[in-house]
Amino acid sequence: MAIYIVKRFFMMIATILIIATLTFFLMHSIPGSPFDEERTSNPTIQANLEKFYKLDQPTHVQYVHYLKSIATFDFGPSIKKPNESVNKLLARGFPISFELGMVTILVAVISGITLGTFAALRHNGIIDYAAMAFAVIGISVPNFVLATVLIQQVAVNWNLLPPATWSSPLHMILPTLALATGPTAIIARLTRSSMLEVLTQDYMKMARAKGLSPMRIVLRHALRNALMPIVTIMGTMLAGILTGTFVIEKIFAIPGMGKYFVESINNRDYPVIMGSTVFYSSFLVFMLFLVDIVYGFLDPRIKLHRKEGDA
Amino acid sequence: MDMKKFAPIDENQGGTAIAPGLKQSRKRTKTFTDVMLSVQDLHVSFKTFGGEVQALRGVSFDLYKGETLAIVGESGCGKSVTANTIMGLIPKPAGRIKNGKVLFKGKDLTKLDKSEMRKVQGVDISMIFQDPMTALNPTLKIGEQLTEGLRTHQKVSKAEALQKAINLLEVVGIPNPDERMKQYPHQFSGGMRQRIVIAIALICEPELLIADEPTTALDVTIQAQILELFEEIQERTGVSIILITHDLGVVAKIADRIAVMYAGKVIEIGDKREVFYTPQHPYTKGLLASVPRLDLKEEELQPIEGTPPDLFSPPIGCPFTARCPFAMEVCERIYPATTSLSETHAVDCWLQDDRAKKVIGQN
Repeated sequence: MAIYIVKRFFMMIATILIIATLTFFLMHSIPGSPFDEERTSNPTIQANLEKFYKLDQPTHVQYVHYLKSIATFDFGPSIKKPNESVNKLLARGFPISFELGMVTILVAVISGITLGTFAALRHNGIIDYAAMAFAVIGISVPNFVLATVLIQQVAVNWNLLPPATWSSPLHMILPTLALATGPTAIIARLTRSSMLEVLTQDYMKMARAKGLSPMRIVLRHALRNALMPIVTIMGTMLAGILTGTFVIEKIFAIPGMGKYFVESINNRDYPVIMGSTVFYSSFLVFMLFLVDIVYGFLDPRIKLHRKEGDA
Repeated sequence: MDMKKFAPIDENQGGTAIAPGLKQSRKRTKTFTDVMLSVQDLHVSFKTFGGEVQALRGVSFDLYKGETLAIVGESGCGKSVTANTIMGLIPKPAGRIKNGKVLFKGKDLTKLDKSEMRKVQGVDISMIFQDPMTALNPTLKIGEQLTEGLRTHQKVSKAEALQKAINLLEVVGIPNPDERMKQYPHQFSGGMRQRIVIAIALICEPELLIADEPTTALDVTIQAQILELFEEIQERTGVSIILITHDLGVVAKIADRIAVMYAGKVIEIGDKREVFYTPQHPYTKGLLASVPRLDLKEEELQPIEGTPPDLFSPPIGCPFTARCPFAMEVCERIYPATTSLSETHAVDCWLQDDRAKKVIGQN
C-alpha cells in the first residue's frame, strides 16, 4: 500500500507538471497581454510594468520562473489586482466554492443514488418512469436556466428564499438546487443501470434464496456492487464542483473561485491563470487518486498493490 | 453405473443435527414413507415480448423425507423453473403460477406472501446454484455470506453464528476455516466455492435441499468430490435433496428416484433402477441411449433427432410426438394418461395402452 501511494504520488506530480507546462505555453501562444485594456500611452510605464512581472524576459526564462513558483506554492501577485496575491485569491475563493460544492455533492449523491435504486427496483414501473423523466430533464436543462428560474420563482415571486449572495444556510439552498440537479440526474441514471445489471446476478438470487430481508438484499448485496461506476464519475465530478462553478457563482453573486478563474483568462492575468490551473489540476488528480483508493474498499478483487505470492 | 449396496434402514434416520462423526446408516431406496414435499399439477407461465411461455404445464411429483430425487431433462424442459417455483424465486410479475400446489409438509407454498415465504427460504428449503463462480457476492467476506442467513432467521449471537459457520466449513471440506472466513470469494477455487455455497445452504439445517445443476460448472474430478459431499451430508442430516441435472452420470451416482421432464411435464418417474434398466417412455430411452459410452466401439453419439416443442404454443397431445419413433395418431391429439407400472414407476405414454401394444409390440 505504501509503495503504491509513493508511486502514485510521483505520477501525480508528473501529471500536474505536464498540465502546468501545457497551460503555460498555450496561454502564451494566445495573442494579447494583461495590459491591453489599460491604454497606457506611455511606453516607459508599460516597459516598467512588464519588467516588474518579468514579462519582458524570453518565454523559457519565464517558464523556469513559473516552475519555481509552482514548487514554492507562491504564484506572486495578480497583475490585474496588484494588491492581491494569487494565493490570497485562492485562499479566499476556494473555501466558499468548496462549501457550496460539498453541499451540492452530498445532495446529488444521496438523492441520485436513492432515486436510481428505487427506479431499478421498480423497473418499468411508475417510479422508474418518473425518476427517469426527472433525470432526462435534469441533464437537459442547463443549470443557469434552472438558476434564473429558481431566483425568479422562489426568491422574487414567492419571496421564500434570498435570491443571491453568500452569508447564511438559507442562501445556500437555491444555488445548491441549481447546481445539484444535473449531477443528481447523472448519478440517478448511472445507479439505475448499474443496479439493474447487479439485480440479475446469481448472487442476488442466492441472497433472496437465503430469505434475507429486502432491505438487506438491496443495501448490503446490491448497492455495494452497483456503486463502482458512480465512484468512477465522482472523481471528476467532485473536482469540477468543489473548485467552483463560474456560471452559478456569477448568477448568485457568490465570491467563489470560479469567478477568478474565468476573469483571469479574459484578462490574461498569467499568475492567476497559472495558479488556479495548477490548483485545480492538483485537486482533480488527488480526487482521482482517492477514487482508486475507494475502489479497493468497495471491491476486494481490485488490488492497488501487488503482494508477493499473489497471482 | 454406481450401484452401491444399501444397508437396511436405520430407525434414527432423519435427525437434522450437523455434527461431525454422527454417521447414520445408508437408507434403502424403496422404504421412504413420509411425503415431505408434494408438487401437484403445477402450471407456471412467463410473459415475454413474444407472448406467454408455458414453462410448466402440470408438474406433479412427491418427495419423500431423506431421499434424493433427480429431475432430468434437456435445456428448457422446466427443471429449473420447477426448482425456482418451489423455492419461491419465480420473478414476478413476468412469471405466474397459474395453477397447482406446492405442499411442503402440508403447507401450500404458492399461497404464502413474500414475508411468510422468507421464513421458509433458507430455513426449511435451501438452494444450491449452478455456477459457484457467480453465486457468491464478490464484495462480501465468506464469513458474512455464511452467517447472514442464520442471523436473519435465528436468534444467535455473532460468535455462535461464526462458530457454526466454521464447523460447517470443516464439514464441507474447507481447510483452515478460521482464516478462510475472512476471505473473499475470488480467493477460492471453483470447487471450493461450490463447497461454500453448499455450506451456506446448510447453515440453517434445512429439511430440503434443491440443487440446480450443482456440478455442471465444475470440472470432472471436482464433480465427483462434490457428489460425494452430497451423499455424506445426506447421511449425516437426513436432508431430502432435489437434484436438477442433465448429467445422467450424476443421477446414477446419487439419486434414489428419477423424474424425467419434457416440455414442462414429468413424463416418467420412478426408482433409479426402474428408470435406468426398464425405461418406458421413448424419450427416456433416447436420453439414456444418447449418453456416450466408453465400453462400446461405436464412435457416433446417438442423439435424439429434432428439437423440443415451442412452449409459446405447446402441442395438445404428447409433446414428444414429433421426435418419437413410435408416434401414433392418438399421440398427436390427446395427452396420454399416467400409467402406474409399479408402486414407484409411472409413465405418461400411449405405448402403455393395451391397444398400442397390440399394434407395435413392446419396443
